[in-house]
Amino acid sequence: MSPRAWKRIGLGLLLAGAVALPFLVSNYRVFQFNMVLVYAIVLLGLNILTGYNGQISLGHGAFYAIGAYVAAILMEHFGWPYWATLPVAGLVCFVFGFLFGLPALRLRGHYLALATFALAVAMPQILKYKHIEQWTGGVQGIVILKPEPPFGLKITPDQWLYLFTLAILVLMFAIGWNLLRGRVGRALVAIRDHPVAAEAMGVHGALYKTLAFGVSALFTGVAGALGAVVVQFVAPDSFAAGLSINFLIGIVIGGVASISGAVYGALFIQFVPNFADEISKAAPWAIYGVFLLAFVYLMPGGVAGFVRLAWGRLAGARGKTKP
Amino acid sequence: MRNQWLWAFGLAVAIACAPSVFAQKKYGPGASDTEIKLGQTMPYSGPASAYGAIGKAELAYFQMINDQGGINGRKVNLISLDDAYSPPRAVEQVRKLVEEDQVLALFQNLGTPSNSAVHKYVNAKKVPHLFIATGATKWGDPANFPWTIGFQPSYQIESHIYAKYILKNKPAAKIAVLYQNDDYGKDYLKGLKDGLGDKVGLIVAEASYEVTDPTVDSQIVTLKSSGADVMFTIATPKFAAQSIRKVSDIGWKPLHFINNVASSVGAVLTPAGLDKSTGLITALYLKDPLDTKWDKDAGMQRWHAFMKKYMPEANVTDFNYVYGYGAAQLMAIVLKACGDDLTRENLMKQAANVKNVALDVTLPGITYDTGPNDYFPVEQLQLARFDGQRWVLFGEVLAK
Amino acid sequence: MEAFLHQVFSGLATGGIYASLALALVMIYQSTNHINFAQGEMAMFSTYLAWSMINGGMPYWWAFLLTVLVSFVVGIVIERIIIRPVEDAPLLSVVTVFVALLVIFNSVAGWIFTYTIKTFPSPFPEQPPFGNRYISSHELGSIGITLVVLVALYLFFRFTPLGLAMRAAAQNPVSSRLAGIRVGWMLALGWGLAAAVGAVAGLLIAPVVYLEPNMMSGVLLYAFAAALVGGIDNPFGAVLGGFMVGVLENLIGAYVIGTELKLTVALVLIVGVLLFKPSGMFGKVFVSRV
Repeated sequence: MSPRAWKRIGLGLLLAGAVALPFLVSNYRVFQFNMVLVYAIVLLGLNILTGYNGQISLGHGAFYAIGAYVAAILMEHFGWPYWATLPVAGLVCFVFGFLFGLPALRLRGHYLALATFALAVAMPQILKYKHIEQWTGGVQGIVILKPEPPFGLKITPDQWLYLFTLAILVLMFAIGWNLLRGRVGRALVAIRDHPVAAEAMGVHGALYKTLAFGVSALFTGVAGALGAVVVQFVAPDSFAAGLSINFLIGIVIGGVASISGAVYGALFIQFVPNFADEISKAAPWAIYGVFLLAFVYLMPGGVAGFVRLAWGRLAGARGKTKP
Repeated sequence: MRNQWLWAFGLAVAIACAPSVFAQKKYGPGASDTEIKLGQTMPYSGPASAYGAIGKAELAYFQMINDQGGINGRKVNLISLDDAYSPPRAVEQVRKLVEEDQVLALFQNLGTPSNSAVHKYVNAKKVPHLFIATGATKWGDPANFPWTIGFQPSYQIESHIYAKYILKNKPAAKIAVLYQNDDYGKDYLKGLKDGLGDKVGLIVAEASYEVTDPTVDSQIVTLKSSGADVMFTIATPKFAAQSIRKVSDIGWKPLHFINNVASSVGAVLTPAGLDKSTGLITALYLKDPLDTKWDKDAGMQRWHAFMKKYMPEANVTDFNYVYGYGAAQLMAIVLKACGDDLTRENLMKQAANVKNVALDVTLPGITYDTGPNDYFPVEQLQLARFDGQRWVLFGEVLAK
Repeated sequence: MEAFLHQVFSGLATGGIYASLALALVMIYQSTNHINFAQGEMAMFSTYLAWSMINGGMPYWWAFLLTVLVSFVVGIVIERIIIRPVEDAPLLSVVTVFVALLVIFNSVAGWIFTYTIKTFPSPFPEQPPFGNRYISSHELGSIGITLVVLVALYLFFRFTPLGLAMRAAAQNPVSSRLAGIRVGWMLALGWGLAAAVGAVAGLLIAPVVYLEPNMMSGVLLYAFAAALVGGIDNPFGAVLGGFMVGVLENLIGAYVIGTELKLTVALVLIVGVLLFKPSGMFGKVFVSRV
């Protein structure tokens, strides 16, 4: 069978496994894996911007927060159902992302990093602002009700929410895959690696870069809305600056400029802190730091790069060449 | 014939009464003949990590209880997890405690955001959410959230007391307020405003700060320039120390109140400068470990002995250790009152039935009382003035 | 008027704090072309080392000297052992390593020294100079020391062969190697010096903000902003940027928007400056030719 067929089978098995997962583990684990799915969508979004398009963002926590609050406000103040808030969250974040991408055109490297980080740092303070308190709930935040499974399905709300998130994830990944594998993806990469040459070849750099910001924010906003529904609570403290750093770490560990890397990265940022906590109660974050170093040294291309390498070796060992 | 029926009837009654005769043990999740499992989330890392000392004190306290034989013969196992002061992480850890570790109850979860995030969940799951470590006023709501109960005097009760003092002793005051821009600071500020009632116009200036601000010097300067002669510092230890120091350095001499959480002589006043702290007023409900007045006090002697044996490396001037000890002691008292009925329902019942309990570390005259409709365990404080060495209590024990 | 002066001086004092850490950031950038996010935590850790020494009875200036030396050595060691494997790695991997260092230093400091705040002594007298109420002796003295370090750095990079070699190694490692410069050791030296400058910053900052593991987290962002606004490759710019950010932040909070949005507005302004001057106010403008 061709490697592509193998890949398809593998993907199918993975999906089947993912669907079966909530029924095999306890509710608490379902919650954790649900967060993994949410983070995976964020990381895919971040990868579009930072991995494929080379615009470093230390501020995606801000878009995540916006998406979360859009969902919370719609559900709490306007009584919208949870699933209807996702497209709105995505759209609002697309607009914000696009608008932020415009001035970002003028900034490169460290300067862009600072500007995006400034956004992430300012977000909690903006959310606490007293004049919008009646919408955002101010420092007390907003509590969100857990959605019940529809059509009277005999599954727990946690399981339903997980499957719903999984469906959204598959949808977002399909969109992302389509975008990145085609002309748009190539344009983004071209702009990242050889911006002048790309312009010369007719790739409208400014448009693609701001669109990349917008699309990236859209993905993150949708994930933020999902995250809010899963955690059932939003508050300014949930979106501190460290969240954005966490997302960046996620794509580096998972694999920059890789779609599967988003899932690996999400698994890392969700589970490794817990694991570190079990190893050392005294200085768990130090252990986490050691893990970070280990992953960066041993897997410079991220887990996705490592997997690709391993897969290639395996395929090569059997005498087949990689496609 | 009648005798037989009488016999049968008597036997039936005897059999029915047998359970109560033998005082059968009843266990909820996390409780057994040998162990009682409790859970909590604490900010051991992140911006509020200074409060992690409270969790450490409580772990040590239960270690001491276990060494003394446990509670009704059972060892208390307190599982204390880090939530980094992040609500999503708090949700995750609390779900772990409830669903995986199957604890009997949650105890002293710290932080308003972390507790807000799990408030609905624990009440839906009917898990006792006891003596939580936050002074927000919203926890005293037995009608809607019968499983959640606080521990310390609420921030609003405390600021009401300050407001009443001002209205009585300085009715023409011009008040300036420095507050931390989060639920903690804002709740205090609200209490102050409510306590002043229609005299809320006495507040002439407010300034907030974020925990990421390096100093509050700019805010102090702004507040001074408002011409205020009364100053409220509602802050966490580091910023309270900065505030006290700066107020003194710029030559401002207002009547300066600091809130209870920031009143520790060791953690706040000494770094600020004891001479600069003279004249400060606060409201206390716990004994100050530095106050030699309590040298002969049995309760504080027990506390000192506990610190020496179980936390020898700790800084005994840090109020957090007094607070943690007190909360753990209250929990132990409630657990003991459960006897052999260690179900969640009974535990909640006992927690809502605390009558006139004086802890080792509470001031004389201040007691813990709860009832099915009263989920504010302690509503009294006493004002104290700093004389350069220690807090000197004055006036009587005040209630809201 | 008095209040305004207070705000300005208070801003200069805070700005001095930002400037001192910004110098360390500029130092590391000029010698490695990277911005080390862990600089603040390393400085904090150095300050704890000093605190331990002083607590153990060592006089202040000996502790100061020893701390700076130890930090210098530790900086070199970190570069050789931890940064070396990723010297040629993409930027994001390097950033991840910096983040790892950040959390490690922060967590270990919290573990060893606990999170309760500690006082840290100042070498300057308690009384403010000339009895003024605007600025303390420590704040003035800190600014002085920062300026001295600034001049020293400038002279070092501009006029010494070693400084030149370090700048070359950072900007063009390949050509530098061909010219006989031992690039690896230049980078290590850069790290050592940055760690030393950071240690000085920490020792100056701690008496003001009180010593605790999270003491630098707020400062780092502003120092970062100051360094970039001033031009990341220009120590004068960084120091000026620090003062500007400090004063601006105070004036905004006092007169423009109130304290509840002070941080946001300050950041917006900083980003605004960058939009007009994308390489910072005094930074070199890069022109890329096709």
